[in-house]
Amino acid sequence: MSVAAGTLGAAQAPAGTGERLAYDYGVVRMFTIATVFWGVAAFLAGVFIALQLAFPVLNLDLEWTSFGRLRPLHTSAAIFAFGGNALFATSLYVVQRTCKAPLWGGPAAAEFLFWGYQLFIVLAATGYILGITQAREYAEPEWYVDLWLTGIWVLYFAIYLGTIVRRKEPHIYVANWFYLAFIVTVAILHLGNNLAVPVSLLGAKSYSAFSGVQDALTQWWYGHNAVGFFLTAGFLGIMYYFVPKRAERPIYSYRLSIVHFWSLIFLYIWAGPHHLHYTALPDWAQSLGMMFSVMLWMPSWGGMINGLMTLSGAWDKLRTDPVLRFLVAAVGFYGMSTFEGPVMSIKAVNALSHYTDWTVGHVHSGALGWVAFISFGAVYFLVPKLWGKRELWSLKLVSYHFWIATIGIVLYITAMWVSGIMQGLMWRAYDKLGFLQYSFAETVAAMHPYYVIRATGGVLFLLGALLMVYNLVKTVRAGEPTSEPIEAPLGTTAARVQAAE
Amino acid sequence: MKFKHALLEKNVILLAIGIVITVAIGGLVEIIPLHTIKSTIEPVQGMRPYTPLELAGRNIYMREGCYNCHSQMVRPFRDEVERYGHYSLAAESMYDHPFQWGSKRTGPDLARVGGKYSNEWHQAHFKDPRAVVPESVMPTYGFLARRVLAIKDIAGHLKANSAVGVPYTEEMIKNAAADLAAQADPEADTGALVKRYPKAVTGDFDGDPKRLTEMDALIAYMQILGRMVDFKTVTPEQLKR
Repeated sequence: MSVAAGTLGAAQAPAGTGERLAYDYGVVRMFTIATVFWGVAAFLAGVFIALQLAFPVLNLDLEWTSFGRLRPLHTSAAIFAFGGNALFATSLYVVQRTCKAPLWGGPAAAEFLFWGYQLFIVLAATGYILGITQAREYAEPEWYVDLWLTGIWVLYFAIYLGTIVRRKEPHIYVANWFYLAFIVTVAILHLGNNLAVPVSLLGAKSYSAFSGVQDALTQWWYGHNAVGFFLTAGFLGIMYYFVPKRAERPIYSYRLSIVHFWSLIFLYIWAGPHHLHYTALPDWAQSLGMMFSVMLWMPSWGGMINGLMTLSGAWDKLRTDPVLRFLVAAVGFYGMSTFEGPVMSIKAVNALSHYTDWTVGHVHSGALGWVAFISFGAVYFLVPKLWGKRELWSLKLVSYHFWIATIGIVLYITAMWVSGIMQGLMWRAYDKLGFLQYSFAETVAAMHPYYVIRATGGVLFLLGALLMVYNLVKTVRAGEPTSEPIEAPLGTTAARVQAAE
Repeated sequence: MKFKHALLEKNVILLAIGIVITVAIGGLVEIIPLHTIKSTIEPVQGMRPYTPLELAGRNIYMREGCYNCHSQMVRPFRDEVERYGHYSLAAESMYDHPFQWGSKRTGPDLARVGGKYSNEWHQAHFKDPRAVVPESVMPTYGFLARRVLAIKDIAGHLKANSAVGVPYTEEMIKNAAADLAAQADPEADTGALVKRYPKAVTGDFDGDPKRLTEMDALIAYMQILGRMVDFKTVTPEQLKR
């Protein structure tokens, strides 16, 4: 503690002498680049497997490129590679800015965190292609990859917590609560859901500790809260920092933030069983899952209102600032999918929607509309700042990205609504004589046009992301330098800190 | 003393502890009772551990990510019961590490696919799904028939399952390698195997009796799915929770 305080005092000294605080932007830049890179990779994989469902010949008659092996590649690339890197980039930026302190552990630890996490992604992804998987959705990596990730995560937690401990602000800013809840809870979920016994210490294969019913609930306790804490709490951290920053308005209600935070993290954990309605899971657990899922609507919308109302008095900026438009549209999509979710968790609705593409559409309204849009907004906000430019190279291109991606999402989710509900209804349709009206194969054939529309939506979304890449590269290479001096690189300050000590 | 939220906002350790407690409650309340309440899994006659060949086939099922498109969980609805058979019971996946209930039906449910189609149908279907189901969007799996089932330490797999609670006996583990080969060999004496694993389907699965391929294993797994429990002996009273 005294060491931390000492370092802090020293880091403060240059600020006192008229110099600026030395934040570690290097690692934030690396994570930002990784976010964009893996984002494009995830969208590309998504488009490819979407096309496979429309045109099965694209499975290429090769084991490594079959839908079954590529689908986890797509989901992991989207959630853990794209989403994960976006969370690392933003959280490590936000925690420094809001604590007025450089990262605990210094650039070396942060860089190890970066490469360690990228190694996790590569180990997981190559495993899927080679058929190494635990066959648990969104927890496919095998035991040795899980162990590696555990170590990396502990380091992340240490850096994050350590930076908060050495903060110079008395209060911990709201965004950090959400990031902290994300880091802590994902650690618990990861450990709980990946309990397994390896066949041999030299082999990849393991068998999960639990089976059947218990395993199913453990998996969906994990799976739903991967959504709840990885894709929601973490990204709410982004919302709580970047929306007010870009709108240049304070958060609408501090009290609502507190209520939002605790109710959201308390309720989310219970919602897992709604993935198991009408299965062999006991009814009491299903009912609990449904109850809490419906209740979850309230904190979700509380958070949405807090985000949207932050725009009070600044709504006009939506017309002129496409970056803010991304951030705000993301919050809108968040509100939409967190309304759709509770509806789908109602057992009567779930009886129709479960096992269909409606679920896939729901996930993508959250993943594309909320997670990706708020990440795009944050990246567009960050890149000029991190590379010392006044603004993005082209705001017009951001606007094009916004509309192309939005049309892509609309095509995607409407196609999946229609096809999902259609398929659910076809499965349960009876003819006049009381026989099932459709064979399963007929319901598959009926999906074809919707699969094509969905893939088209995906192509548009990918196209938008490529525009972003072009714009960002141009910004870094050719953007107008900022008139303000950017923060000194940490290296020089670290040297000064040592000298001071 | 009145609680002030500022306390948590100023102390990150308290904040972290508060988060852990808050997120722990829901999981504990839902998951712990599943391990302690006996009626969670109503016992039924007929459930047994997978034969070594079925287990190897199940591992191929997972390796290929079949769970991405096929569920193994028939819900208690009229249309599902008519389409697939009796709704799934908790006991039917009690030896499944991990469970493979799935979450999506791009293809049909497979919980009761065992015995519905012949081995020949499965061979043709895996090699080219559209040859037998023109509307299918399933990938082709012809390579399974070309590849010899390479499993170094099948007894080790049984032991790992035993460590997590599957009742494999010493005898089963001892005979694992022999059972693996015998089940798909039409020439083999499978009396002891079937005694150890009642209802095990034996004989050649992949159309090539000379070789033990991955296709043998996967079809052996397909053919046992949903067939262990004899539903003539299951009564509604028994299944009441």
